[in-house]
Amino acid sequence: MTQAHERNGTALLEVKGLRVSVGETEILRGIDLTVRKGEVHAIMGPNGSGKSTLTNVLAGRPEYIVTEGQVLFEGKNILGLPPVGMDPETRAREGMFLAFQYPVELAGVRTWQFLKAAVDATREYRGLPQLKIREFDRLLEEKLELVEIAPELIKRSVNEGFSGGEKKRNEILQMLLLDPKLAMLDETDSGLDIDALRIVANGVNQFKGPSKAIVLVTHYQRILNYITPDFVHVLVDGRIVRSGGKELAEQLEEKGYDWVRESSDSPAAPPAAKVGA
Amino acid sequence: MATQKVISRQTGVEDTQYKWGFEFDYESDVAPRGLNEDIVRLISSKKGEPEWMLEWRLKAFAHWNKLGNEEPTWANISHPPIDFQDIIYYAAPKSQKDGPKSLDEVDPEMLEAFAKLGIPLEEQKKLSGVAVDAIIDSVSVATTYQEMLLKAGVIFCSMSEAIKNHPDLVRKYLGSVVPYTDNFYATLNSAVFSDGSFCYVPPGVRCPIELMTYFRINELDTGQFERTLIIADEGSYVSYLEGCTAPMRKTHQLHAAVVELVTLDDAEIKYSTLQNWYPGDKEGKGGVYNFVTKRGIARGKNSKISWTQVETGSAITWKYPSVILQGDNSVGEFYSVALVNNYQQADTGTKMIHIGKNTKSTIVAKGISAGHAQNTYRGQVKIMPTADNAQNFTQCDSLLIGDQCGAHTVPYIEVRNSTARMGHEATTSKVNDDQLFYLQQRGISLEEANYMIINGFCRGIFKELPFEFAAEASQLMRVSLEGAVG
Ligand SMILES: Nc1ncnc2c1ncn2[C@@H]1O[C@H](COP(=O)(O)OP(=O)(O)O)[C@@H](O)[C@H]1O
Ligand SMILES: [Mg+2]
Repeated sequence: MTQAHERNGTALLEVKGLRVSVGETEILRGIDLTVRKGEVHAIMGPNGSGKSTLTNVLAGRPEYIVTEGQVLFEGKNILGLPPVGMDPETRAREGMFLAFQYPVELAGVRTWQFLKAAVDATREYRGLPQLKIREFDRLLEEKLELVEIAPELIKRSVNEGFSGGEKKRNEILQMLLLDPKLAMLDETDSGLDIDALRIVANGVNQFKGPSKAIVLVTHYQRILNYITPDFVHVLVDGRIVRSGGKELAEQLEEKGYDWVRESSDSPAAPPAAKVGA
Repeated sequence: MATQKVISRQTGVEDTQYKWGFEFDYESDVAPRGLNEDIVRLISSKKGEPEWMLEWRLKAFAHWNKLGNEEPTWANISHPPIDFQDIIYYAAPKSQKDGPKSLDEVDPEMLEAFAKLGIPLEEQKKLSGVAVDAIIDSVSVATTYQEMLLKAGVIFCSMSEAIKNHPDLVRKYLGSVVPYTDNFYATLNSAVFSDGSFCYVPPGVRCPIELMTYFRINELDTGQFERTLIIADEGSYVSYLEGCTAPMRKTHQLHAAVVELVTLDDAEIKYSTLQNWYPGDKEGKGGVYNFVTKRGIARGKNSKISWTQVETGSAITWKYPSVILQGDNSVGEFYSVALVNNYQQADTGTKMIHIGKNTKSTIVAKGISAGHAQNTYRGQVKIMPTADNAQNFTQCDSLLIGDQCGAHTVPYIEVRNSTARMGHEATTSKVNDDQLFYLQQRGISLEEANYMIINGFCRGIFKELPFEFAAEASQLMRVSLEGAVG
C-alpha cells in the first residue's frame, strides 16, 4: 500500500468473514472487505467467481443464505431481517445502491412513475420533504442529460425494450437520483460500446466524492481507465485472493486470472482487505 | 401513488377492509319477501307503469316459472342453492316514493349519504363533466345534469322515467338485445326489474359529458335488479360509467342486472364498469352474487361498442359483456380486469358474435387471483358465414398471488367463414421475485412493489378507463388485495 492510499475515512461498509450459500452450494467462502468514505474499490474476477453474489447479498437478495460472518453499514448490522438486520428497502434507503448486472424489466410500470416512487420513498425515509412534480421533473431532466437518456424513454415501461446500453445508463440514472452513500456497480461496463462506457464513467465520476464510496465490479480493466480505483481486489472461487492498488488491475490485464490463481496458494491475507477487519 | 387523484370514499367504518360498508339510515318502503305474480304487479304499480310494461313483465315471469327455478350450472362457480322466495324484490327509500323531480327534492340525508361515498350528486361538488344517476336498492334517486344534456338532445334518466316519458323508445329497444327468454337471470330481471338508467343519444350528437350510474344495494336481503338501456343513434357517441357498492352483510345479496346497448350506423358506445360490490369476509361469509347479463348490438355499419370492466367486488361474479357485430365494419372491444381474493369466485369473459363483413373484435382479459380465490375467463368468438374478413384478437393474462388460488381460461372459438383471421395469446404468471427485489433495492417497500407490478399488469386495461375511474380502479385493487401481498 502506498502513502496515497492511507485510509483515514470513516468505514462505510465492513464485511467480516462472510460465507454465503445458495441451497447446498457454498459460493462465498470467507470475504473480508472494508470500504471507507471517499474510496473506490474495484472487484475483479473470472465469471462465476461470486462477484454478483457478493453485491446481491449486501443488497439483501433473499435467496442467498449467509452461513457465517458479519456485515456492517455505517457501523450497523444489516444482515438478517429487522429488528436484527435490515430488509432490502431499508438498506437502499440507508444509502446502499446496487446497479444490477442484469437490470429487470417491469411490464406496464412507467419509468417515470418508478423513479418518482423510488425517490419519494427514499426521501421520506431520510426525512427530506417530498419533491413536487415540477421539482422532480427538473431534477430528472438534469440527470437524464448527464447520462444522455432521451426523455421519451422514461415514458416507457421500466427497461422494457431498452437496449443493453440504455439499461445500464438507466441504472446510473437511478444512482444519481437516489444519491446513495455506497454505490455497487455490478458489471455496469460490460456490453457497452466506447461512447456508452464514457457516459457511464462520467456519471460515476460525477457521483464520486469524499462522502461517497464506490464498489466497481468488473472483469475488464477497461473502465478503470476512466474511473481510477484506490483498491483492486481479485475474487476467485468465492475468496479474495489478492488485493492491491490500481497497478494490480494492469497486471491482471497482462497476465490473466491464471496468474492470481497460481500465485494464490498461500492463504488470502492481503493487506488492503485486512484493514479495519 | 400519492400523486394520483382519487375519488375519495371515506366512511365511518373503521378497522375493516371494505371501505364502503356502512348502511344508509333512512326509512324504506319494502315489499314482502318472495316472488309471485302479485309481487310483479306490485312493482309495476309502485312505479305507475303503463299496461304494456306490466304485460311484458308478466310474460317474463311466466317464462321464468317455466324454467322451474333452475339456475344455470355451467359456470365454474359454486354456491348453495339460492332460495328465490327468501329475497325481497322491491325496496325503496320511503321519502323517494314518487321520485325526485329535481335535485332540490332529493332527501338531504340521501345527498349526505352519497357525499360520504364520494358520489357527487350536488352539482357544485360534481366531478367535472360527469352526469350521475344514483340508484339505491331499486330506485333512482337523482339524475344530475339533466338540463344540460337535454339541451344537447341527450336523454339520460332513470328507466322508470323513460317508461313514462319515452315509451316509444323503450318499447322499441327494451329486450331487443337481451330478450326476456335469454337466460335464467335475465328472465328474472325482466319480471322484477325496478330501475336502472336509460340513455338515448340522437343522431350526430357527441354526448358532451361522461354519463355515470352509481348503484348501491342498501336494504338487508334485497335483490337488486336494475335494467339499463343505452341507444346511440346514427353518428353519435357516448361514454358511460357505472360504479357499484354494497354494505357489509353476513348473508348473500343477489344482484341480477341486465344491460342492453344499441349502436346504429357510425355510432359508438364506450361502457365502463367499476364493480366493487361487497365481496364477503375473509372466510367467504356474505357478499353479493353478481349475475349480470350485458350485451350490445353494433347494429349499424361502422359502429362500435367497447366494454371496459374492472371487477374487484362480489362473492361471485358471473358476467359476459358481449357484442353482436351485425353492421358491416363494426367493432367490438372487451377490456377486463377481474381480481379475486380470499374466497371470491369470478367466471367472466365475453362473447363476440361476428355477423357483418369486415367486423373486428378485440378481447383483452386480465385475471388476478389471490388467497383461495378462483378466476375463470370464459370467452366465445363466433364468426358467422356472412362475416367475410372478420378479425378477432384475444389476449388472456393471469396473474397468481400465492399458491392457493386458481386461474382458468375457457375459450370457445367457432369459425364458419374461411376468410376470418384469428389471434390468440394467453399467459399465466406470478409476481416475479427479481422484479420485487429490484423495486425494493430502489427503496420501495415490498407491499408497494407488489402493487406496482400488479398495476403494471393491468395498465393496458386501466388506460381504457376515463381518468377519474383509472385512479379509482388502482385504488380499488389496492384495497381488495390488502393482506394478500407484501
Ligand atoms: N441464485 C443462484 N442459484 C444457484 N446458483 C447461483 C445463484 N447465484 C449464483 N450462483 C452460482 O454461484 C456462482 C457465482 O455466481 P456469480 O456471483 O453470479 O458470479 P460472477 O458474478 O462472479 O460471475 C456461480 O457458480 C453461479 O452459478
Ligand atoms: Mg456477475
